[in-house]
Amino acid sequence: MTKDIKIRVRNLNLFYGHFQALVDMNIDIVQNKVTALIGPSGCGKSTFLRTLNRLNDLIQDVKIEGKVLLDGKNIYDDAYDPIELRKRVGMVFQKPNPFPKTIYENVAYGPRIHGIKEKAKLDEIVEKSLRRAALWDEVRHKLDKPALGLSGGQQQRLCIARCLAVEPEVILMDEPTSALDPISTSKVEDLIGELKKDYTIIIVTHNMQQAGRVSDYTSFFLNGEIIETDLTSNIFSKPADKRTEDYITGRFG
Amino acid sequence: MTVYTKTISHLVQMTRKKKKIKYTEKIAYGFIYLMAFLTIFALISIIGYVLIHGVKHMNWEFFTQEPRSMGREGGIFSIIVGTIYLTLVAIGIATPIGIAAAIHLTEYARENKFVKLIRFGIEILAGIPSIIFGLFGFVFFVIFLGFRWSILSGGLTLAMMIFPILIRTTEEALKTVPLSYREGSLALGATKWQTIARVVLPSRASGILTGLILGIGRAVGETAAVILTAGSSLGLPISIFDPARTMSVHLYMLASEGMSKEKTFATASVLIVWILCINFLASMIAQRYVQKTNIEA
Repeated sequence: MTKDIKIRVRNLNLFYGHFQALVDMNIDIVQNKVTALIGPSGCGKSTFLRTLNRLNDLIQDVKIEGKVLLDGKNIYDDAYDPIELRKRVGMVFQKPNPFPKTIYENVAYGPRIHGIKEKAKLDEIVEKSLRRAALWDEVRHKLDKPALGLSGGQQQRLCIARCLAVEPEVILMDEPTSALDPISTSKVEDLIGELKKDYTIIIVTHNMQQAGRVSDYTSFFLNGEIIETDLTSNIFSKPADKRTEDYITGRFG
Repeated sequence: MTVYTKTISHLVQMTRKKKKIKYTEKIAYGFIYLMAFLTIFALISIIGYVLIHGVKHMNWEFFTQEPRSMGREGGIFSIIVGTIYLTLVAIGIATPIGIAAAIHLTEYARENKFVKLIRFGIEILAGIPSIIFGLFGFVFFVIFLGFRWSILSGGLTLAMMIFPILIRTTEEALKTVPLSYREGSLALGATKWQTIARVVLPSRASGILTGLILGIGRAVGETAAVILTAGSSLGLPISIFDPARTMSVHLYMLASEGMSKEKTFATASVLIVWILCINFLASMIAQRYVQKTNIEA
């Protein structure tokens, strides 16, 4: 079975000062698939996600060892530009975090900072991104209104549109629906299903049903280690590790 | 029988206690109400007194003519120009320094001894009496650098007084920017500077504007430091090297030398209206900005 591996993580260790948050992690992320990261709180899922776009660089006293290969190139090489990386690896956060700007300006922000100035081109990107995020019909008449006036679910889809506007290859999602109501959640989940045709998606979730619904692969994290990664159907029907089974059947966590 | 009397006395006690609590509550409320009223009363009576005595002497000539015979007659045209000129120069110098310093302190500097020293310096600077600034400006700008009594010397001196205020208000504003804005921007591939310039600063524009208003207020209200550095010439300042007199200085001169009560109150009225206008204008700009970008706050 051949499949394209988008990201290979090899022997990744991460330390906050003396505390080791990620322990010798190895995982392959398959292109154009959705990989779900599950596990109890504080097991390193979000920290791991943030190593993939080097957002942990912002925190002082973080030490990272090992390799993260994006299309075969180690993103932790000195020569690798984190700005370039974050253009290719977008992120959607747990709490919707639109900027205090208009809806239009939120989506146009990414293209603008990457040098696109022509109004027509920006208009086109904004419309395309909002359409892809299934938000266009709801906001097309109020693009110049503040983004913070939208509902939580709309804000999160706006954040997805903002992320898409930069045309990334990989999208990292850190519990993107945990702050949303069930209807908004199902809209975002449908969207994830749509988006995986063009993007490689990695999603952290606390919701096992969600992992089952949206992902192709699931990886189980525990205490800073990756216990196992497999097809989602296998993880949920015949997990290889006893601890995975205990977690999934709700015996802890 | 005893049980019955006990209950009765208990009930009486309870009601007394309740009454007492109610009474204290009323006193506290009345006291707070009175204090709040006093504040408003002081404000209204000062502004009202000045305006009642001043507005009737404000007319077209007062705004358009230059002062004659030391301000006893004529208007305050050159003084209005001097005030605006000096304020603009001071704000123009202080704003970039103050905002840049605040950005450095909140966004770039790491907490170490040097940064602590800078913070300490800013606190001290904000608390120094204005006459000391005036003295320094006089010795350094007026004499040592040879700028003489001028808009430039006065502007530089006022700028030194304003920028600690600006740094502090800007810093406080920037500290309240949520981490999620910064992360959101950086995750899109923005550089640190792009994030600061396009997300962090604009999101706190109204806070920074508040600092500017406070700064303008201090510049407009200052007398001692201005007399020592910009002089008190009644002439119309044209060049940045010309001396000038601000409204506060003019007011001080007129009042202390008892030259003309009418002109004193008229000048004071213009000063008050001027400051009110700046405040209203600024809050209007802030309001409009907030409405366009943000629905909260």
